[in-house]
Amino acid sequence: MTADILLQVLVSGLLIGLIYALVAVGLTLIFGVMDIVNFAHGEFLMLGMYASFWAFALFAIDPVVALPFTALLLFAVGVIVYQTVIRRILKAPMLSQIFATFGLMILLRGLAQFFWKPDHRLIPHTLVSGNVVLGPVQFGLPQVVAALGAVGVTGALWFFLHRTRLGTALEATAIDREAATLMGIDGQKMFALAWGIGAACAGIAGGLIATFFPIFPEVGASFILIAFVVVVLGGFGSVTGAFLAGIIVGLIEVLGGFLIGPEYKTALVLSLLLIVLLVRPKGLLGKA
Amino acid sequence: MNAPHLLAVDGLGKSFDGLVANRDISFVIHAAEIVGLIGPNGAGKTTLFNCLAGFHTPTSGRIAFEGRDITGTTPEAAAALGIARTFQIVRVFQSMTALENVMVGAMLRNKRVPEARRKAEAELAFVGLTHRADSPASDLTVSEQKRLEVARALATGPKLILLDEVMAGLNPTEVREASQLVHRIHRRGIASIIVEHVMEGIMPIAHRMLVLDYGAKIADGTPAEIAENPAVIAAYLGE
Amino acid sequence: MTNGHVTDWRKAAGAVALLAGAALLPLLISDPARLNFLVLILMAAQMGVAWNIVGGYAGQVSLGHAVFFGIGAYTSTMLAIGLGLTPWLGWLAGGAVAVLFALAMGWPCFRLKGHYFAMATIAVAEIVQILVTNSEFLEGAVGLYLPMDRSGPAAMVFLSKLPYYYIILGLLVVTVLVAWAIERSHIGYYFRAIKDEPEAARALGVSLTRYKLIALSVSAFLTAMGGSFYAQKEMFIDPGSVLATSISIKIALVAILGGVGTLLGPVLGAAILITIEEYSRTLFGSTGSGTDMIIYAAMIILVAVFSPSGVLGLLSDLRRHLPGGGAKPKKASKSAEIRP
Repeated sequence: MTADILLQVLVSGLLIGLIYALVAVGLTLIFGVMDIVNFAHGEFLMLGMYASFWAFALFAIDPVVALPFTALLLFAVGVIVYQTVIRRILKAPMLSQIFATFGLMILLRGLAQFFWKPDHRLIPHTLVSGNVVLGPVQFGLPQVVAALGAVGVTGALWFFLHRTRLGTALEATAIDREAATLMGIDGQKMFALAWGIGAACAGIAGGLIATFFPIFPEVGASFILIAFVVVVLGGFGSVTGAFLAGIIVGLIEVLGGFLIGPEYKTALVLSLLLIVLLVRPKGLLGKA
Repeated sequence: MNAPHLLAVDGLGKSFDGLVANRDISFVIHAAEIVGLIGPNGAGKTTLFNCLAGFHTPTSGRIAFEGRDITGTTPEAAAALGIARTFQIVRVFQSMTALENVMVGAMLRNKRVPEARRKAEAELAFVGLTHRADSPASDLTVSEQKRLEVARALATGPKLILLDEVMAGLNPTEVREASQLVHRIHRRGIASIIVEHVMEGIMPIAHRMLVLDYGAKIADGTPAEIAENPAVIAAYLGE
Repeated sequence: MTNGHVTDWRKAAGAVALLAGAALLPLLISDPARLNFLVLILMAAQMGVAWNIVGGYAGQVSLGHAVFFGIGAYTSTMLAIGLGLTPWLGWLAGGAVAVLFALAMGWPCFRLKGHYFAMATIAVAEIVQILVTNSEFLEGAVGLYLPMDRSGPAAMVFLSKLPYYYIILGLLVVTVLVAWAIERSHIGYYFRAIKDEPEAARALGVSLTRYKLIALSVSAFLTAMGGSFYAQKEMFIDPGSVLATSISIKIALVAILGGVGTLLGPVLGAAILITIEEYSRTLFGSTGSGTDMIIYAAMIILVAVFSPSGVLGLLSDLRRHLPGGGAKPKKASKSAEIRP
């Protein structure tokens, strides 16, 4: 019996961990390419969730079907944010950089609250609703699909960064901006691309999470901190590190919630952050 | 026994993730000496500076300052002992005036603001920046900012000052002024190690030259000796 | 000397006039709601000035200052409930606890630079909020009531709003004086040096950890005092009202908006912010349905993009540039020099 429960806990942890990884991947990508933390990343996720919600509520399009559109929409949001705000603060003092994305976070929350009310909303039924029973363990189909989606997106992103010309250029910009510029890579374009892809990742994560999680203006807050822990644990800027760290954080959260009590699970994950900072500040796969 | 050398470096090595930047470097510096540190790009000069000033912990070897082992010390401790430095790419405090920049240096020895201000005014005068005292540091030209860094370093009351390319990008008149400045620092009894590419600036004033190539010391002697050293000539022409 | 003394005198006279005005203001206002509005501004200003010491002068942006606010509120309240301790001493105790906490959290968190330090402070505040919410000792989510039976100066409980106005005004003055003293001492110079060029500051003998911890501790102490005041004024606290992320955000916003690293910028920021908040509330209903957030977020972004030194900086920039602004400096590029 206890082995079954443990297995159940581990599987749940793995599933939620993969989703955390997906949220964190976009954050770490933007940081890696341009050393800026996007405080509004959780709000990109929130926008992804609302996009799914409205696609469902207005056009009866299932969140899973809407994923490509959600991704495109958020890609556009990311690029627009870059072009209107971030581009102007690239050389600004660090304080301005923090305040700009921080202000963006509050702005997007405020707009969501203004237009869509602070209510919690749910998508009542989706293509992936239901449960999967596998021997002794049972879990929600939406979570499974979300986890698989996370694996797919992270994998695709890894392939893009390491196996395509454009992706390699992006990676080169991340490693050495000046050298990349000398090699003829357009830094501005790469930055915009990083914001687009980072936001799109958050959007897809939002679309997947929307199948089983309530949607409200401040929903990003619950994910951004965990994503941050994942980024720190995985090593700043490392996509592979974020993937592994996401799984670790998911397991710790669920296992800790199971052993200590669910009300402390977030505190536990956040404490992990402080421990990592004390013991290994560069994270699992970080370079500097 | 003689009095200990001001600075004694013994078998110093530094590598980054397997990439060797300094290997087995040994030399000594005497009080008030002017020593030029030259070498082709990537020879490890800045890394050596960073080790001496406590910004890097050496991978191997020892550094002793006035007979005391300071290997792997922190920059702030090195500064307190009397090792000051400037940066290759200037790092003035942008939000402060020139005078305030130097005051921060002076506060190492005296935390009281009025005294720090007097000391800073004296050092600004020493480097010839009195007329810029109240200008925001960010309004100074690059050459002025370099002198400001020298004043700031001198204000900490050092026994050894590490000057990283203070003559780069200066016109001939400015180079001559910078040479004179180094000489006046020497006359105050402060030793200096000067990383420099501008040979006509450094050769006439240095008492001694150290030459690095591929992270190792390949020569150590008077400027005249260095100019005829085959290894040095090879290092500079062999690229 | 330059005209430094003259401006000093002018500033001192201005400060005295401002203070006298603030002290006399309640005589003109009898409406308790208006007075409360002023109290809110003074509270926000006090927190903003306190935040500015670490976030503005030393450039270490904390987005978790609610933790110090909450520590102050909870400490003085618990001491009042449990030991019947007068809040006047409870305030100091709250400040002391906040300092200890600041030292403990600063140690790991100051290993992080800039953006990541900010994130870590949010995490710390969140942890504390969760722990307090689930703590039976602190009555968890239910919250704590201050004993109602005592009133008067010793218990710092008053029926009228007026005493609260003067107490918070006094606290604000103390906070501004502390900030002013720091600004003028070597500590202030070191803070700005650390903010501008940490590596260069170290080369001049400045210990980053030490001075960052000093900045955070002083700021924490003063913020905790603000938290204790809040508890006295409301007579009730719970995690949502003194430890919430929104409080951290508000504290930082006040300073950012008014002018980071300026003495009175946060006071201006508080006046702007609280006014926006109140007006959007009257215009759009109870919580302002997000309009206040939208307005001040837009202002923050504009400030970040166009005037990193806040509204106050914008004003002084205007003043400086009107007579015909100096030549732009050549900007030296900053790359990682401490690498091989």
